[in-house]
Amino acid sequence: MAEEDYKGIWIFAEQQNGVLNPVTLELLAKAQELKAHNGEDIYAILLGSDVKALAPTLIAHGADKVIVAEDAALASYSARPYQQAMTQLAEKYKPSIILYGATSLGRDFAPRVMVSLKTGLTADAIDLGYDEDDVFYQTTPAYGGSILAHIVILECRPQMATVRPKMFVPLEADESRKGEIITETVSVDAEDSYEVLDVTQKISDHEPIDKASLLVCGGRGIKSEEDLKMLGELAELLGGQVAASRPIVDNGWLPHEEQIGQSGATVKPDHIINIAISGSVQYQVGMQNSKCIISINHTAGVPIFDISHYGAVADYRSLVPAIIEEIKKRK
Amino acid sequence: MKILVFVKQVPDTDDVKLDPKTGNLKREGVQSMINPLDANAIEAAVQLKEKYGGTVAAISMGPPQAEDMLKKALALGCDEAYLLSDRAFGGADTLATAYTLAKAAEKIGDYDLLLFGRHAVDGDTAQTGPATAAYLNVPQITLATSIDVQDGWVICDRNLEDCTQRVKAKLPALVTVCGEINTPRYPTPINIMKALKKPRTVWDAAALEADTARTGIPGSPSSTKKVFEPEKRNTDTKYFEGSAEDMAVQFVDMLANEHLV
Ligand SMILES: Cc1cc2nc3c(=O)[nH]c(=O)nc-3n(C[C@H](O)[C@H](O)[C@H](O)COP(=O)(O)OP(=O)(O)OC[C@H]3O[C@@H](n4cnc5c(N)ncnc54)[C@H](O)[C@@H]3O)c2cc1C
Ligand SMILES: Cc1cc2nc3c(=O)[nH]c(=O)nc-3n(C[C@H](O)[C@H](O)[C@H](O)COP(=O)(O)OP(=O)(O)OC[C@H]3O[C@@H](n4cnc5c(N)ncnc54)[C@H](O)[C@@H]3O)c2cc1C
Repeated sequence: MAEEDYKGIWIFAEQQNGVLNPVTLELLAKAQELKAHNGEDIYAILLGSDVKALAPTLIAHGADKVIVAEDAALASYSARPYQQAMTQLAEKYKPSIILYGATSLGRDFAPRVMVSLKTGLTADAIDLGYDEDDVFYQTTPAYGGSILAHIVILECRPQMATVRPKMFVPLEADESRKGEIITETVSVDAEDSYEVLDVTQKISDHEPIDKASLLVCGGRGIKSEEDLKMLGELAELLGGQVAASRPIVDNGWLPHEEQIGQSGATVKPDHIINIAISGSVQYQVGMQNSKCIISINHTAGVPIFDISHYGAVADYRSLVPAIIEEIKKRK
Repeated sequence: MKILVFVKQVPDTDDVKLDPKTGNLKREGVQSMINPLDANAIEAAVQLKEKYGGTVAAISMGPPQAEDMLKKALALGCDEAYLLSDRAFGGADTLATAYTLAKAAEKIGDYDLLLFGRHAVDGDTAQTGPATAAYLNVPQITLATSIDVQDGWVICDRNLEDCTQRVKAKLPALVTVCGEINTPRYPTPINIMKALKKPRTVWDAAALEADTARTGIPGSPSSTKKVFEPEKRNTDTKYFEGSAEDMAVQFVDMLANEHLV
């Protein structure tokens, strides 16, 4: 079959226990741009059991069509039944694009679909679009340095990618949007070789960093755990939280949950204060959409200043204590 | 129990440079190392072997120099090593990589457990493990932070965005491990010596009976079209000036303007 016979922009509608993952709505928003370019319909693919009630939400947020495939074997996620269901649907409808959220579930699932559809899968894209040659590309950060790559899937269809959460803003729900709900039957084998025994919700003494409105972040230039506590004090004074670039987490000074960046969390706080962080591409992809970026670094010209609204070229060891003192003075 | 551990050779730096002319990796002067999480996977395998008996084989697809890394894997407690090396394997994306690794697993045969790192520090797709599981049609557990085997099932804790899970999968199964799972041991001089006597095998495409249309560049649907420097978002940075005390005053004025103090 020729490439042009594959049509449709598919968004995997990730849900667990009947709750949609927000990344699904973000991808539906981005899909509007792709549709404006290629004119293809946007489909949301909803797998599960008893999930049909989510279809109107998907339409209100930009899906033209929702394919619902319900089966008891799809009630909770496990890789093989989901792989079978998605493969059967894609073989029947032949979409040109399938996008998945780069969540732990999406990244568990999508590579298996890649194998059964014998196509390409771009990992953890931070952007997508059509380039000057009219080729669909996915952007991923590459090689630890200041470099981005465009990954393309030239000859195989569908062109698939997992896409980072929080890269795009969902559309406002529009209940008057019209869409079609298509019910499909898939034939999947119940998974008797995999079982979830127990689930413990994470409770932490503070909010996850992607929910905080202010973050004070430390990087490799922070000399000691003592100094990191000083950043904690500043965060507390400002009603925010501490986070870090990767070296601090590699040191074991903070848990991985508090790492910002490509292999950590994506954050979008109102204010982010970067202290002794150079601003590698991998760090920036995790925080570049923050509203107000403030940076302290003793080296002028480091990349973090390129994206900062406020900057201080200074040694944090003298500046941060002075700031803390000044705040206390004014309280 | 027969455990296969998949290990990748990666550059020993966060700061790999591109050749501006060719867009390729500059390899001169960059040392290689074992992908850090693959050392955790080896440690997990060796601990299971110490507990329940069995054998551990290390498998890597890579250039001939990856032999050095495999010697290290043997010094860390693996019993034998397989290097999958052929010009026809070069330039593989994860579909072609997983195909090649699955061919090796099938040729070795009779495996109970396949262990992977969660991701490699260079390509960082985290796709190779699940894709290999798909080729072999075995269940998978990704993101494992603990591992044990009981009555023919592998049991792991998984660390997810908002919860932790305890899950089990029936052997044969594939597990990808996170760094929290253990602390890899250091190879002792004695074990480094012993490692030199352990069996090492090199397989090319013919030995694997691999279809070379499915390996390397021909077998890879995805490719890199271009690499480029990110656009500088020229934000008009307002710099604070003067001594630390002066800057602190301006800094806190700014915080006050933003209603933070
Ligand atoms: C596949 C891959 C994934 C990655 N994922 C991530 C990720 O998710 N998150 C991440 O952060 N990194 C990630 N990295 C690593 C990334 O490439 C950088 O190495 C890292 O972000 C650098 O962290 P940093 O800015 O804290 O350290 P550095 O780049 O070392 O910067 C330290 C800064 O501190 C400044 N400094 C030193 N002392 C002082 C002082 N006394 N006062 C003021 N300033 C001072 C220095 O001028 C310097 O700019 C990844 C790399 C790879 C290859
Ligand atoms: C900048 C860049 C971007 C890329 N983007 C993509 C992409 O979007 N999609 C895509 O399909 N490919 C992509 N690739 C190609 C991909 O990196 C290669 O296919 C590579 O062989 C798989 O490596 P990984 O680093 O992604 O491995 P990961 O999947 O992150 O590795 C996970 C685990 O798989 C095992 N493993 C991986 N490689 C080997 C090996 N050679 N031998 C033994 N065990 C191994 C190890 O246990 C490792 O811990 C990209 C490569 C680069 C350099």
